[in-house]
Amino acid sequence: MKGDHLTGLPQKGYVSRNLWTGILFGIGLAAFLDEVIFHQLLGWHFFYDRSTTRIGIISDGFFHAFSWVATVGSLFIVADLRRRNAWWPTRWIGGALVGLGGFNLYDGIVQHKIMGIHQVRYDTDNLLIYDIGWNLTAIIILTVGIIVLLQTRKRVKGRIG
Amino acid sequence: MQNHHPSVFVEWVLVFPFLAALIVYTGSFFISRKKGRKWPAFRTIFWFAGVFLCLISVAGPIAHMAQVDFRIHMAGHLFLGMLGPLLMALGAPVKLLLRSLSIQRARSLTRILRSRVLGFLSNPAVTAALNIGGLCVLYTTDLFRVMHESPLLHVVIHLHIFLAGYLFTVSLIYVEPISHRTSYLYRSIILVFALTAHGILSKYIYARPPESVSADEAEAGGMLMYYGGDAVDLMIIIILCYHWYRATTPKETGNDNGVLV
Repeated sequence: MKGDHLTGLPQKGYVSRNLWTGILFGIGLAAFLDEVIFHQLLGWHFFYDRSTTRIGIISDGFFHAFSWVATVGSLFIVADLRRRNAWWPTRWIGGALVGLGGFNLYDGIVQHKIMGIHQVRYDTDNLLIYDIGWNLTAIIILTVGIIVLLQTRKRVKGRIG
Repeated sequence: MQNHHPSVFVEWVLVFPFLAALIVYTGSFFISRKKGRKWPAFRTIFWFAGVFLCLISVAGPIAHMAQVDFRIHMAGHLFLGMLGPLLMALGAPVKLLLRSLSIQRARSLTRILRSRVLGFLSNPAVTAALNIGGLCVLYTTDLFRVMHESPLLHVVIHLHIFLAGYLFTVSLIYVEPISHRTSYLYRSIILVFALTAHGILSKYIYARPPESVSADEAEAGGMLMYYGGDAVDLMIIIILCYHWYRATTPKETGNDNGVLV
């Protein structure tokens, strides 16, 4: 029995757990994709950039460390939810999309623009296009995530709340 | 870097504790088996592998090369301070020792384990500070250069790297009967902080080589420290989460909702 069926919605406590492990995983995934695709494969911005500030290195360090623990931890929590027959994939994926899009939007607006820690790409004359592309993608992912979550919330309200 | 090999004496001083640990472990293994208690083979294998990694990083050809090449030094640091201690911790030496001792002796050992000093030394915040703090002092002051000139410092620093790494590992993953336990959340948070500090320090080394280390070697060494640290910390995270997963196993007989197995 999957949590997705109307008859088998997980009990209340697990509904929120599905959400926040999803978010946790989304943030971890965002960090992973950022590091692998942009730092290592494309080399648009780097492992260490000499022009970055001290705050940049420290925040990056925290983010990276947190993402490791978040990704592994959230997957173990999913395993726990499955074992309890309480995994609700739709709500979890909604949470993951919110985490992924939300973090990239934060990265694109706060870290790239306000703090200026690093930019999407350095060897370009038209950074604006990259910024728009980055943030737009983030907004789309975030919006899809929110829509999915609203859908599942309706269901929860109908059944439990 | 100047070519100062550690003297044979220094090497033996560092090798001795590991050999002694190996002998005690093997002895306990046979006594415990004689008592008819089974001991998982993987623990013994982990223990031997861990001791082996520590041994090759304090003596022999790799230890010699580490004196002149910062990259090898960093590989040795990963073995002696992270991977070696992790493997040895998974060998559960204290558990094995407790099994092999007489009841009375085992009791006095547990009394020591319960002592306040060890309670303090097994608090993750303390072990993380000892571990990362020690590394910060080593790589950001000229201690690193001085270490290559003083045999005494060489011994003390290498022992510290191992002991701090070992204490850090056993304070995060509870394979042994640990009496001063902390919550999973607390340990995860400390792990995030320690991992962060380790990452920052490796980037610092990358950008600002320790005295007497060339820029090329510092960059390679910094990256090795960064990614190697990640790999070992990932193992610790997975083990920590797995222990949480096992500890929260729901009870076999249903629950209030009746949905469960």
